[in-house]
Amino acid sequence: MTRRKVFGGVFLALVGLYFLLPLAAAIEFSLRDVGDTHSLEVWKTLFQQDGFVTNLLTSLKLALGTVALTLLIMVPTVTLIHLRMPQFRRTMEAICVLPLAIPAVVLANGVFVAFQGAPPWLNGTPVILCLEYVVLSLPFTYRALDAGLSAIPVVALVEASRTLGGGWATALLRVVVPNLRTAILNVSILAAALALGEFTLASLLLMDTLPVWTVSAGQSNGAVATAASMLILIVSWVLLLVMSVLSRRRSRTPRRSR
Amino acid sequence: MADRRRWADLAGLSPFLLYVAIFLGAPTVVLAVGAFRGPDGWTLENLHAAFTGVYGDAFVVSTELSLISAVISAVVGLAVAFVIAAAPEEGPLRQVVSTASGVLANFGGVPLAFAFIAAFGPVGMVTRWLSTNGVDISSFSLHLFDLSGLVVVYLYFQIPLMVLVILPALEGLRPQWVEAARSLGSSRWQYWRLVGGPLLFPPFAGALLLLFANSFASYATAAALTSGSIPLVPIQIGQVMSGNVAAGQENVGKALGLGAIVLVALAMGGYGWAQRKTTRWLR
Repeated sequence: MTRRKVFGGVFLALVGLYFLLPLAAAIEFSLRDVGDTHSLEVWKTLFQQDGFVTNLLTSLKLALGTVALTLLIMVPTVTLIHLRMPQFRRTMEAICVLPLAIPAVVLANGVFVAFQGAPPWLNGTPVILCLEYVVLSLPFTYRALDAGLSAIPVVALVEASRTLGGGWATALLRVVVPNLRTAILNVSILAAALALGEFTLASLLLMDTLPVWTVSAGQSNGAVATAASMLILIVSWVLLLVMSVLSRRRSRTPRRSR
Repeated sequence: MADRRRWADLAGLSPFLLYVAIFLGAPTVVLAVGAFRGPDGWTLENLHAAFTGVYGDAFVVSTELSLISAVISAVVGLAVAFVIAAAPEEGPLRQVVSTASGVLANFGGVPLAFAFIAAFGPVGMVTRWLSTNGVDISSFSLHLFDLSGLVVVYLYFQIPLMVLVILPALEGLRPQWVEAARSLGSSRWQYWRLVGGPLLFPPFAGALLLLFANSFASYATAAALTSGSIPLVPIQIGQVMSGNVAAGQENVGKALGLGAIVLVALAMGGYGWAQRKTTRWLR
C-alpha cells in the first residue's frame, strides 16, 4: 500500500513539473534584462509599447460587451423555458452545444463570407467579434443558467411575485436574477475570460485585440510578448479562481430555509 | 386563450432563435453551400480537392496529432484522476488538482505558445539551464515547432480536460462494489475486468472522442507557435482565408471547413452519447 502511495506521489510530482515549468519559464523570460540579469524593465515598458494600451482597452471592452449581451439574451430566454416551456429544454440544450461542434476557425471563415456585404460598423469593427463571442459562450452559458434555474423553485417564486402585483420585469429582475447570482457570476467570468483570450476569430477577421497584438509583437520582441501573454493569463486566471472559490463556498454553506 | 399564450411564449423565444440563426446558422449555411459551389454552379470538385493532395494530407496530419495527443492525455489524465480519487475528498490535494484542472483546461492559444517557447525554445529557461549543465537540447528545441512539439504542447490543456471529465466517473465507482466483489471471492484484477473496467469504458471512450475533437478544432496554439508551418486542417483553412494560396481556392477552404465540422461533430456526438450512458449509473 505504501509503495503504491509513493509511486502515485512521484507520478503526480512529475506531472506537476510539466505543468509548472512553462509558467515559471514564462515569468523568468519576461523578467530578463541585458546580460544575465533580471529586472522589471519589460513589465515597466509594457504599457508604453506601441499599441498595447489601445488593444488592451479593445479587449476589455469586448469582454464587457460579451458579458452584457450574453446575459441580456440568455437570462430571459432560459428563464422563459423553465417557466413556460420545460418541454423545450432538450431542444434548447441541443442548440446551445452546437458551437462545440463547429471549430472556431471554421466559424471565422463562415462569418467572413456571410457578412462580407454587411455595413462597415458591423464587420469592420470588433462589434462582430463581440456578437460571435456570445455564440461561442452559449454552451457553458446555457449549462450554468439551466443548473441555476433547476436549483430554485422558479415557478413558485415568479407566481408569488405576480400574485403580489409585480409585472414580468419585476419578477425577472427582482426575483429571478437575485436567486441566480452564482450562475450569473459564473457565466460572466467564463465569457469575460473567453473574450479576453480569444485569438482565432480576432486574428482571421483582421481585428486588433490584445492576443493578436501579442503575437505580432512576439515577432520582434519575445520578452514583451511573453509579458503581455502572462498579463492575459493572470487576469483570466484570477477571474476563474474567484469563480471557483465563490461557487465552492456557496455550495458548502447550507442554504437557510425560509 | 391557451393557444394565444403558447404563441406569446414562442414569441418570447424569438430573439434568441433569431440571434442564433444570424450569427451561428448563417455562417454555417453559407459555408456548407459554398463548399458545393464552383465557377459554373453546383460541383463536388471542392470536396474532392479538400480530401486529396495537400489538403488531404492536412486531414492525415491533423488526425495524427489529435489521435496521439488524445491517447496520451487520456492515459495520463486517467492515472492522475486515479491518484486523486484515492485522496481524501476534502483534502488539499484533491481541491488543488480539481481547481487547477478547471483553470488549465481553458489555457490554450497565445499565452500557452509563448510559455513553451520561454521554457523549451532555443533561448528558453530549460534549454539554457540544461546547456550550462552540459546537456544540449538545442535539437529538441527546434522540434518544439514541429508536430512532435505540438503534441507535447497540446497535452497541457488536454490532460486537465481529461481529469475534469473522468474524475466524476471514478468518484462514482462505489466502494461497496469493490467490497461486494471481494466478499464474493474476486481478486482485484477480476473486479477491474468484470465490474470497474466495463463501467469505466463508456466514459473513457467518450473522453477520448472529446479530446480528439478538442485537439482537431484547435487553431490558436498551433498558429501562434508554428506561424502556420505545420499543415493542419485548421491552419490550412486559415491560410485559404488569409489569401495565402492560389486564387480561386476560397470554396476549397469552405469544403475543408465542412469536413472539419463533420469530423468534430461526429466525435462530440459520440462523447455526448457516452456521457448519457454514464449518467445512468453515476450518483
